[in-house]
Amino acid sequence: MGSENLERTPLYACHVDLGARLVDFAGWEMPVQYAGVIEEHRAVRTAAGLFDVSHMGEVRVRGAGAESFLQRLTPNDVSKLVPGRAHYSGLLTDQGTYVDDLLIYRLAADDFLVVVNASNAPRDFEWIASRANGEAEVTNECDRWALIALQGPKAKEILEPLAPGASAIRYYGFQQGTVDGRPALISRTGYTGEDGFELYVDPEHAAPLWRRLIDAGASPAGLGARDTLRLEAAMALYGHEIDETTTPWEAGLDWVVKLDKGDFAGRDALVAQKAAGVPRRLVGFEVEGRGIARQGHAVLSGGAPVGAVTSGTWSPTFEKALGLAYVPPELAAPGTPLTLDVRGKALAARVVATPFYKRAK
Amino acid sequence: MYPSEYLYSREHEWVRVEDDICVLGITEFAQQELGEVVFVELPEVGQVFDTNDEIGTIESVKAVAEVFTPVAGEILEINEAVTDDPELLNEDPHGEGWLLKVRFSSAADLKALMNAEQYEEFVKSGDA
Repeated sequence: MGSENLERTPLYACHVDLGARLVDFAGWEMPVQYAGVIEEHRAVRTAAGLFDVSHMGEVRVRGAGAESFLQRLTPNDVSKLVPGRAHYSGLLTDQGTYVDDLLIYRLAADDFLVVVNASNAPRDFEWIASRANGEAEVTNECDRWALIALQGPKAKEILEPLAPGASAIRYYGFQQGTVDGRPALISRTGYTGEDGFELYVDPEHAAPLWRRLIDAGASPAGLGARDTLRLEAAMALYGHEIDETTTPWEAGLDWVVKLDKGDFAGRDALVAQKAAGVPRRLVGFEVEGRGIARQGHAVLSGGAPVGAVTSGTWSPTFEKALGLAYVPPELAAPGTPLTLDVRGKALAARVVATPFYKRAK
Repeated sequence: MYPSEYLYSREHEWVRVEDDICVLGITEFAQQELGEVVFVELPEVGQVFDTNDEIGTIESVKAVAEVFTPVAGEILEINEAVTDDPELLNEDPHGEGWLLKVRFSSAADLKALMNAEQYEEFVKSGDA
């Protein structure tokens, strides 16, 4: 594998210093683990973990027409976002299927930051920019932001001394303030199912901030733990639960779609699919036999494939194999037995309600 | 690092010969590549395999690795300690983490394996 062609975040040297195992993720050289996936996962669930997610993409959308532009481009209701609030949304094709999932932050009445997956960043920028038609100013800000996620029950006590007032930020709210004296957008968001913060900073401040947070007690955590954590919380990952063949209805993301807000890309197709009946459903499952089901393994009914696993792993919190899969609606009820084809062997599983993990309030 | 009395396969298994029995395991390199092992599937005592047959799987959180037998023969014993506590494979892959014992049928199979020095070279070469 040629690491000369991979991009590196401003935290690359920190990862090397910490002895991280680095892998190619979406064209970036990223830490998959430091101490180990299971140990890092448990550190996030019981204390605090620190993730470098600087590879994610940012698109700035500004102008008097920015709100109406984003309103017709995305399925969630941008008119309900006040400055200092963010929401989870997506970019949909005219067929109502996912180009990407994303967060939209409202910085001011006419100023939005759209945060997208690293794997789709260049494409998402083109998608948004090419549809603006002079309605709004669209700028690629991928290089302007480094992003560090501090996640876990101890996140707020670690951050508060460095960013007084941060613990008062509401879930999905954000502040433009400072962390350890450095300007930062501090957001009460995350991808782990725990309390936590995502810190958007200038790239040159990223490494000192990372080291400061490690010294303050956060454990470095890599992409391996990021995946097991989000899966326990049943959060979608682009390329697994959502892609250009899946609609929000199928993925169980109905709450993201506000049909009554007015027209938006994909709305007609979504209305039609709801009327015709959603053909498949994303469900959570627990494996009951011996083995681990993973992405691509078929769901069988009467010996024939009727669906597929989108993500699967061994869960460090529950110490069992679990995952998410698309199944026909008649197999979607919790308690339904499933048969999975794992490398030619039939593996027994059962549909369970999601999320698998919910943090104590 | 790699016990000099063992033989090694390109699939990162080690073999310790005790008369007509081979004790089989995976190497330090293999356990590092896998990460924390959470699940081990081994064959049953009495099963008979050919050289290089797939005889089981080892799963970590992120990956699945098939286990191949470098020697043809009959499974005599499996290490229950490992199926009960898969982490043994990470902690002591060359010792307590042994997987199974095979009564091997052909000494010629052993000739195809590497010694410790050759295996170290193989791992270092990046072809592993």
